[in-house]
Amino acid sequence: MSEEHQHPTVDVYLRVAAALVILTVLEVGVFYVPAFHAVLVPVLLVLSAAKFTLVVMFYMHLKADSTFFTFLFGAPLVLAVGVMVALLFLFFGALTLRGAGGAAGAG
Amino acid sequence: MTHAGATTHHTSLGLDNRKMAFWAFIGSECLLFTSLISTYLVYKGRSVVGPYPREILNIPFTSVSTFDLLMSSLMMVLALAAVQRGDMKWGKIWLFSTALLGLVFLGGQVIEFTEFVHKGLTIGTNLFGCTFFVLTGTHGAHVAVGVLWLLTLWVRALQGKLGPANAMTVEITGLYWHFVDVVWIIIFTVVYLIQ
Repeated sequence: MSEEHQHPTVDVYLRVAAALVILTVLEVGVFYVPAFHAVLVPVLLVLSAAKFTLVVMFYMHLKADSTFFTFLFGAPLVLAVGVMVALLFLFFGALTLRGAGGAAGAG
Repeated sequence: MTHAGATTHHTSLGLDNRKMAFWAFIGSECLLFTSLISTYLVYKGRSVVGPYPREILNIPFTSVSTFDLLMSSLMMVLALAAVQRGDMKWGKIWLFSTALLGLVFLGGQVIEFTEFVHKGLTIGTNLFGCTFFVLTGTHGAHVAVGVLWLLTLWVRALQGKLGPANAMTVEITGLYWHFVDVVWIIIFTVVYLIQ
């Protein structure tokens, strides 16, 4: 296995930068437009994930580099996100259940 | 990538061991920042006294800081491309520009923190203040380390000690800098935009 890889060209770097700026403008725009408030969280998370992916794939060269680097980065990331989701579920899920139980008890 | 005069350190996988170690470090940093973001989210909306996020967060100001950090990432990859092709004149310019944009970001954070303290939000005021300052402060500390690292590289370039043979050093610096950028991408969305 060799580490030889082709980094993106300057042209690609500039296109990615333009995409990042457009995505940031969209994020801030969505935040200020009342019509989007119902779907604000999912839209912002998708836009943020798109920016994250662009930087990691092109600026950090994971798209062209060894898949082992992707594993070294991806495995802890998946673990971390899993722990975060579990924590949020535990805290907010427990609150909801306690609330429901309390309401049932009161009733 | 092999250059004349470069000291290469390959693992049995054929990968540069410095780069592999650095990706492992970045993986551990993912765990650190996710724990801080999780803590922020878990305590979100549970402050019993103000100031609250809606009253204090300045979205236009932070949007400019975000733009600044994104542009610094562009400068960083342009620096790497210049060093790899041996164009050290532009390599030095882009490296310095990256550090400068990092300093601008840090300046923005100092202004933001000072404004918050004047409005009554400190790390001990409420749960929001505590989790906010720890999360963004840890990120700011990472940016500060990155700026020092970039300036060190820039000085080495001025001394003529940085060239295509050391392109891997610039690439690893870039990995750190871009990681700091992606962490901010998440913080900007989770802390500032999703209130």
